[in-house]
Amino acid sequence: MKSAIRSVPAYIVLLCLSAGFVLPFIWMVSSSLKDTNQIFQFPPNIVPRPVVWRNYSDAVQFIPFLRYLCNTLIICVCCIIGNVLSASLVAFSLATLHWRGRDVCFKILVASMLLPPQVTMIPVFVIFRTLGMIDTYGPLILPSFLGSPFFIFLLRQFFMGVPRDLPEAARIDGCSEWGIYWRIIAPLSFPALAAVVLFSFIWTWTDFLTPLIYLQDQTKFTLSLGLQQFQESHSAEWGMLMAASTLITIPMILLFVAAQKTFVQGIVTTGLKG
Amino acid sequence: MRKKNRWFGRAEVVGLAFATPWLIGLIVFGLYPIAASFYLSLCRYNIVRPPLFTGLENYRLLIFDDPHFWKSLWNTLYLTAFGLPVQLIAALTAALALNARVKGQPLFRAVIYLPTVVPSVATAIIWVWILNPEYGLFNAALSWFGINGPGWLTDPAWSKPALIIVGIWGIGNTAIIFLAGLQQVPQSLYEAAIVDGANTWQRFRNVTIPILSPVVFFNLVMGIIGSFQYFTHVYVMTAGLMGGGRGAGGPEFSTLVYPLYLYQNAFLFFRMGYASAMAWIMFLIVALILVVVFRTSKWVHYESA
Repeated sequence: MKSAIRSVPAYIVLLCLSAGFVLPFIWMVSSSLKDTNQIFQFPPNIVPRPVVWRNYSDAVQFIPFLRYLCNTLIICVCCIIGNVLSASLVAFSLATLHWRGRDVCFKILVASMLLPPQVTMIPVFVIFRTLGMIDTYGPLILPSFLGSPFFIFLLRQFFMGVPRDLPEAARIDGCSEWGIYWRIIAPLSFPALAAVVLFSFIWTWTDFLTPLIYLQDQTKFTLSLGLQQFQESHSAEWGMLMAASTLITIPMILLFVAAQKTFVQGIVTTGLKG
Repeated sequence: MRKKNRWFGRAEVVGLAFATPWLIGLIVFGLYPIAASFYLSLCRYNIVRPPLFTGLENYRLLIFDDPHFWKSLWNTLYLTAFGLPVQLIAALTAALALNARVKGQPLFRAVIYLPTVVPSVATAIIWVWILNPEYGLFNAALSWFGINGPGWLTDPAWSKPALIIVGIWGIGNTAIIFLAGLQQVPQSLYEAAIVDGANTWQRFRNVTIPILSPVVFFNLVMGIIGSFQYFTHVYVMTAGLMGGGRGAGGPEFSTLVYPLYLYQNAFLFFRMGYASAMAWIMFLIVALILVVVFRTSKWVHYESA
């Protein structure tokens, strides 16, 4: 009984916070189901009456949602493959293998995570321009194949936790480094690799600055960029904007609900042991 | 032919081979661009014509001749100085509440984390609509308490507080990291403090805070770095305002944050050298702030274990 009373303040805080955090979602969905008259009504009604589905069909047509969805998915899949491959190889080298210079490399890696991207942004743009890659997916995908420091860091922390005897025993049995990576470390690291897949999917899906800088042709846009461009030209069409925002958000929410544990572990690994 | 090289043997070859992707990335997307960016900051460069060396001219122009530079720096420092503490306190409060043994904790945790997976563009659009002075939810809610809400994003006096409010919606990551830190506080310490007759506040002040201080420090450092990269929300939220054009940073430049002005210089006005100089000034400012933060970090308590 006593502990129940003591947790009352916690409940109050949580209920207030949760209400405040959920309301924007409710507002988004409710606005997406209203017609123009209901949208511009004061005071606003949370429950749309009648429920209008037109905003969704309009938004999908106008944006054009399906094309941008395909573009985004293509980029996401490529980035996931790139990040999983490159980050796991590098992390394996920095965590499991023993070689001179390894710890220096790790320090450089950590330092590079603190470097503001603006410092490198312009020369990187010039490089891609020289390569003729402006208005292609190259600048969006290629960097993921060259090892993102964050994912290398995440996987390295995880690989460090694999008992040392396993690779040692495999080496004595004549297993090559590649064999240790492929047959021992990788299979043991599914939870961490899942975190890499998850985060690289979400970050690619939500990224705005990179597509903004590199993509020009409207047919090549990603969902985030497409939504923003649509908002710029239709800034008063709140019903459609909310419908499109709902559509672009739902996959992320479903993903989060399905993989909550992987999420939390990923954040904690990179946040706490840093 | 030497049979064995003590310094560079097979282990080094294999190690470097596995690290190759990152090493290439480090050179192509890290070291070379750092050097190139520094050189470009000393040039006039519009990307079409080759860079023209002008020495420190860009820096001189920025510091002495560009009021927007100072305005954008002020805006970013404002958001760091006021927004970051608000976010940290909100995140810590949420984490403390989540850490109390409450029923439905997983659900509450999910709700508080959820906004961080919403694409930034969608977040920005949702909040422009919520903060709409006439038909938005926020001012409607304020009016229930008899408060006449301001014009938020259309009023230069309220646009930065509006951005801070939006920022609170995104505290999920920070809160989860705080929560993980709280869960590492040994229960025995609390029990010992209770035996010693410490009340709730004293336990918080003398047990929780010292043990949590490295996590607070981490979140503070990350928050400072993050606030100097704050871009997408402002870009989207102010792009359609008052016909200001792409990512205007309005009203009256009150939301022209540093990264936004840098972006405009580089990719709108094609003053790439000028923007590079801005990047380096920003780098120095962030480094300076971090040095001060690290120097004054005596309050951070590291366990000797």
